[in-house]
Amino acid sequence: MSITIEKNKSERKPGLRTEEMVLNMGPQHPSTHGVLRLELELEGEIITNAIPHIGYLHRCFEKHAEAMNYSQVIPYTDRMDYLASMYNEFGYAIAVEKLLGIQVPERVEYIRVIMGELQRIASHLVALGTYAVDIGAFTPFLFCFRDREKILSLFEQTCGARLLYNYIWVGGLSHDLHPDFVNQTNEFIKYFRPKIKELNDLLTKNKIFIDRTANVGVLPLDVAINYGISGPNLRGSGFKWDIRKDDPYSVYNKFDFDIPVGEGLMGKVGDCWDRYYVRILEMEESLKIIEQAVNNLPEGDVTSAIPKRIKPPVGQVYSRVENPRGELGYFIISDGSINPFRVKVKGPSFVHLGVLNEILKGHMIADVIAILGSIDIVLGEVDR
Amino acid sequence: MKTTEEIFTILKNNFGDAILELVTSQPVEHFIKVNPIEINKVCLFLRENEELLFDSLMNLSGVDDANGQKSADEDGTQIISGGTLSVFYHLESTKLRHKLTLKVSTNREKPEVASVESTWRHADWHEREAYDLLGIIFLNHPDLRRILMPYDWDAGYPLRKDYKNPEFYQGMKVPY
Repeated sequence: MSITIEKNKSERKPGLRTEEMVLNMGPQHPSTHGVLRLELELEGEIITNAIPHIGYLHRCFEKHAEAMNYSQVIPYTDRMDYLASMYNEFGYAIAVEKLLGIQVPERVEYIRVIMGELQRIASHLVALGTYAVDIGAFTPFLFCFRDREKILSLFEQTCGARLLYNYIWVGGLSHDLHPDFVNQTNEFIKYFRPKIKELNDLLTKNKIFIDRTANVGVLPLDVAINYGISGPNLRGSGFKWDIRKDDPYSVYNKFDFDIPVGEGLMGKVGDCWDRYYVRILEMEESLKIIEQAVNNLPEGDVTSAIPKRIKPPVGQVYSRVENPRGELGYFIISDGSINPFRVKVKGPSFVHLGVLNEILKGHMIADVIAILGSIDIVLGEVDR
Repeated sequence: MKTTEEIFTILKNNFGDAILELVTSQPVEHFIKVNPIEINKVCLFLRENEELLFDSLMNLSGVDDANGQKSADEDGTQIISGGTLSVFYHLESTKLRHKLTLKVSTNREKPEVASVESTWRHADWHEREAYDLLGIIFLNHPDLRRILMPYDWDAGYPLRKDYKNPEFYQGMKVPY
């Protein structure tokens, strides 16, 4: 529950000496989902200022990218947001294709969308599961990871890796789908639909969970846009904005799906519960997209459009996709050689962490975990 | 919805010499070059003007243009003197659905750009990143510290094209 400092000060007994305290949270705190240090300035148990210190996982992605050719960069993009590797590759491939001005076969686009949406479900399952653990519910976490494992085995059968795929290449894919993929994906959809309801019964409508998350960490819409927030966090604040619909890329305009937004069902619009619930609803929409894509898969050769040598003309492009966490943008400058001149990544986690101080002010220490979990950051992408 | 050309005309009428040129030579993206010291006023205008309403900054990226005088050190590493560092701003209006790219270029020896942090808070961390990795000074930024590199990093700015890996970090030998 949010308490304002002013109210707290007026209740304080006169003559009682108080002191501001600085508390370090992290870098090894299990709920910070990686290596993040928060410097919390406290007045009693109430946060007056929160300064995130990042960079513990900095692996110099942008410097590396300047020393490699365009296709060598792809495995490095996997390692940024390691819970949504498919989507990182997807975004990078689209950006380079725009620079090169090439079209990819329709089958490739469909498979990319299927993989991207499966990845979205897998990523949301981690987000929801670990969020539940942070707040103290252990069982949903196990359920989520059980279902995520089924998606990961689909990926493993397709490209041989569970987490870091190197599957989506510039102009195509590294492999075609295996013959049983369509069947197995349909089976997964049939299996997973009831599981969302199970998760709702277990966690979403749980009284304790609602008490911990409703009306906590409210992010007003104007603040969210000014801070560049995107993805489920922006939609949680009640803004219907999704790059898949509003600035369509690939073949997303061929599918029928909705954009769920936070409606403040349990409290104010834009609270932790809304951000959580938007992710649940998005999984259902992703299932719809996968179902349509997998059953209308066009025939074709997935490697036919892969260029032998990638050497884009001099120019620059900013290209963005809707990653499970939000707007993932690649800004690439080409100087006409085989190596990119500059690759800048705008990662949603990096941006979302910037708004943390704004939301945390006035909350209790115990809510830090609830709020940090609800904005769903991956430190691998924050630090790159 | 407005095109980059139309926006260029509006800006030119309001700011005159601060708007340097419209670059359309590149195939994918067109952009407007702006004076680095006046970029904050231009950005505030872009956000507030009712025909433009650029309420969202999509991305801000610093770039080392590496267009100065190049020479080689005795051990073969490149040294660049003169030339420019640049910052690209990618803006978007969520209400009017148009986009715009701005570019400012600043002197490499004294890289100073006005901060747009007060217009879009989103720029805060991106400007810190550009300072951290390229050494671009954002004037009037409230909290210009390193962000990805250690706070006590003293071996320069890693994303500059003539960056040299340090042999020592705080007196400790860096192993390779």
